[in-house]
Amino acid sequence: MEESADGKAKKAGARLCCLCHQKKAALKRPKTLEQICRECFYEVFEEEIHQVIVENQLFKPGERIALGASGGKDSTVLAYVLSELNRRHNYGLDLFLLSVDEGITGYRDDSLETVKRNEIQYGLPLKIVSYKDLYGWTMDEIVKMIGLKNNCTFCGVFRRQALDRGAALLKVDKLATGHNADDIAETVLLNILRGDIARLSRCTSIVTGEDGPIPRCKPFKYTYEKEIVMYAYFKRLDYFSTECIYSPNAYRGFAREFIKDLERIRPRAILDIIKSGENFRISTSTKMPEQGTCERCGYISSQKWCKACVLLEGLNRGLPKLGIGRTRGLNNDDKKDTKKTNGTKSIESKQCGTLDF
Amino acid sequence: MACSASACQSNCYKTQQEEEAVKANNNTNSFAANISSSNNNSNSGLCLKCKANQPISSNSDGGDDARFCIDCFRGNLFGKFRFAVTSNAMIAPTDNVLVAFSGGPSSRVALQFVHEMHSKAQKNFDACRDRSLPVFGVGVAFVDESSVYSAPSNETDKVIGDVRLIVENLAPPSKELYIVPIESVYSSDSGDGRERLKKLLDAVGDATGREDLLLHLRMLALQKVASQNGYNRLLLGSCVSRIACHVISATVKGQGYSLPADVQYVDARWEIPVVLPLRDCLAKELTMLCRLDGLKTVELIRSPCTGINGLVSSFVTLLQEENPSRECTIMRTAGKLIPFHFNKIEEIDDSNVLLATRRRQKRYNLKPNESFSSESFCFICNSPLSRSDLLSLKNLESHKTSSVCCSSCQFQILPQDPSSVNELYTLLPEQLFARAKHDNLDHCSAIREQIQDCLLSEGEDET
Repeated sequence: MEESADGKAKKAGARLCCLCHQKKAALKRPKTLEQICRECFYEVFEEEIHQVIVENQLFKPGERIALGASGGKDSTVLAYVLSELNRRHNYGLDLFLLSVDEGITGYRDDSLETVKRNEIQYGLPLKIVSYKDLYGWTMDEIVKMIGLKNNCTFCGVFRRQALDRGAALLKVDKLATGHNADDIAETVLLNILRGDIARLSRCTSIVTGEDGPIPRCKPFKYTYEKEIVMYAYFKRLDYFSTECIYSPNAYRGFAREFIKDLERIRPRAILDIIKSGENFRISTSTKMPEQGTCERCGYISSQKWCKACVLLEGLNRGLPKLGIGRTRGLNNDDKKDTKKTNGTKSIESKQCGTLDF
Repeated sequence: MACSASACQSNCYKTQQEEEAVKANNNTNSFAANISSSNNNSNSGLCLKCKANQPISSNSDGGDDARFCIDCFRGNLFGKFRFAVTSNAMIAPTDNVLVAFSGGPSSRVALQFVHEMHSKAQKNFDACRDRSLPVFGVGVAFVDESSVYSAPSNETDKVIGDVRLIVENLAPPSKELYIVPIESVYSSDSGDGRERLKKLLDAVGDATGREDLLLHLRMLALQKVASQNGYNRLLLGSCVSRIACHVISATVKGQGYSLPADVQYVDARWEIPVVLPLRDCLAKELTMLCRLDGLKTVELIRSPCTGINGLVSSFVTLLQEENPSRECTIMRTAGKLIPFHFNKIEEIDDSNVLLATRRRQKRYNLKPNESFSSESFCFICNSPLSRSDLLSLKNLESHKTSSVCCSSCQFQILPQDPSSVNELYTLLPEQLFARAKHDNLDHCSAIREQIQDCLLSEGEDET
């Protein structure tokens, strides 16, 4: 097919789109390296996401769906594409935007402005839950107290719960997040590097937390980050691209950089990593932590108190180290964050700042 | 445990050991001396294990191993090797083991350890009156890939000469050495093996695919020489570092399903079962042992890895620098995946085999019920195929051959264009197709056997 396109291109003087063979090719599709025109790109991009939604039965008609919205590229494109597909294919969904306000001046306040514009542009109702309301602390206050070490631990634990609380307030059936294929491939690699077989077995599932109160799904599981950026760029979508001020400098982890290098020589490597992750032969009897509820706030927890309550207790009692570095999982975060603040590279990339994680 | 004649260095440890023994004696004689020596331990940094000898390196930048003395370091490595061998029934007294020797440090150590084990078994045999336990046989194979890299012939001759010297210099009994040209994967009657191999590799467009294909052919060549010369084990020197790289690159190539098959101690999906006794040793340790014991290695004529494999190995090296236990963690993660039924040596049920031999087949890791079976293998890389792989193959138009191919080989080795696929098929060694056919027939007859009692007619076509 490519050869015939080449032949035509020579005659016409410019390459033609290898899908419609009519318009001039405007871009090289990152996933397949096909040269296609803009319209065909929109179509394949949207159609692929539609197929993922249909094949995996992510949504049922009449469901209320919250879209995690940070104002970043992934969640902005998610909101745009899902509202478009919902209209086009009559999913029959009630879509909502759900944002978390961590209380980071100069970062979240600006990105929330973007989300508020999106609310109007796409006509989707927006709900903002703030750390201040939920926990009585903003990230600014937390950082003032504990410094730039471990702050991402607090933010990450709090955000996870905040999203669930917000989703409960909106009375939605499901929460869709903007995790893309690159994110998932990176998580697969990181879990191999860490030896975390339990997480390795579930990190590729497109729907998680089905036993919990609000399941989460990732419609962008097979969508390349580069294509999301490209889509946002060509559609001139309004998004916010500054990084969190507390997770400093244009920092990228080893794993992320490795994936970008792989993509350069073999674009399909990202999909192959996800495929590997799905096909790993992991014994179903692998021990999973038993799930209970937090005695304090009623949130799902494997311990007596959930992590957020432990951290919060520490903050309120003026002992911010409480809950950090006691369990193994947090130990890891601890080390990682230390490294980050030192400006050295770690194996992991973005984890903070956006709602995507 | 004496050092080999060619490589005797000044610190011959036999005398050192004796000295140590004398020292230890003195220590036990006087309580005071004992105390002073234990004080010394904490102060002057003696070997972590025996607390008597000088460690290899006093500063800690060599890792834990460098804080061992030479004897403990060697003992530790040999212990890992011996544990792997005995706990997986890798070598029984009746076995005939072919060691794949590339000239590099890992396979050099593998050769040395097998040699030591062999000499010990021979000594026991000679000392034993009834000679009930036979001594396993050892051979060495070196795959000569000079035809691929088109190295000048004098260089190739030098490498082969060095390999020969290394094997000859091992203490007796002498071991058979096979120099196997990589083009021997083609049947011997056609004299154009070299040409065909060149054409085959040229026909593969993807650089990573070419590297991997060569790797599969190397295994094929080793299998062939082992089978032709009556060996029943093929021993490789794959170490943790190597396996960690394989784990990541297999993941990147989408081979997550078949990955656990490649990282076990035993891989018996081949005609001659493959064993990896150095699976728990780091490349760094093995290189260090070669240096300390003066084990000679051979500089290889091989182009450095490019493409995906090169990227993965520099990634893993980077991670290993950041955290010295990273390679082990990676391998352990892959070790937690469920292995396949062929990842163990079949137990000997034959009552003719001596009980002593059978008893030696201890095994610790694999429980048969844990590993479910897979029936089809990729005809190029011999990796087991997942159900989803097979399903997607059915959707594709069926090829003339009965052979099926995994999606990774399909992408990186086979050409996209169907007509050139057939051309590539003519360049591949016949053995690959023979193996595939054999597997499929085996599978068919096995299925037939299971349903035999319900079949009404004998013919196959009435399905």
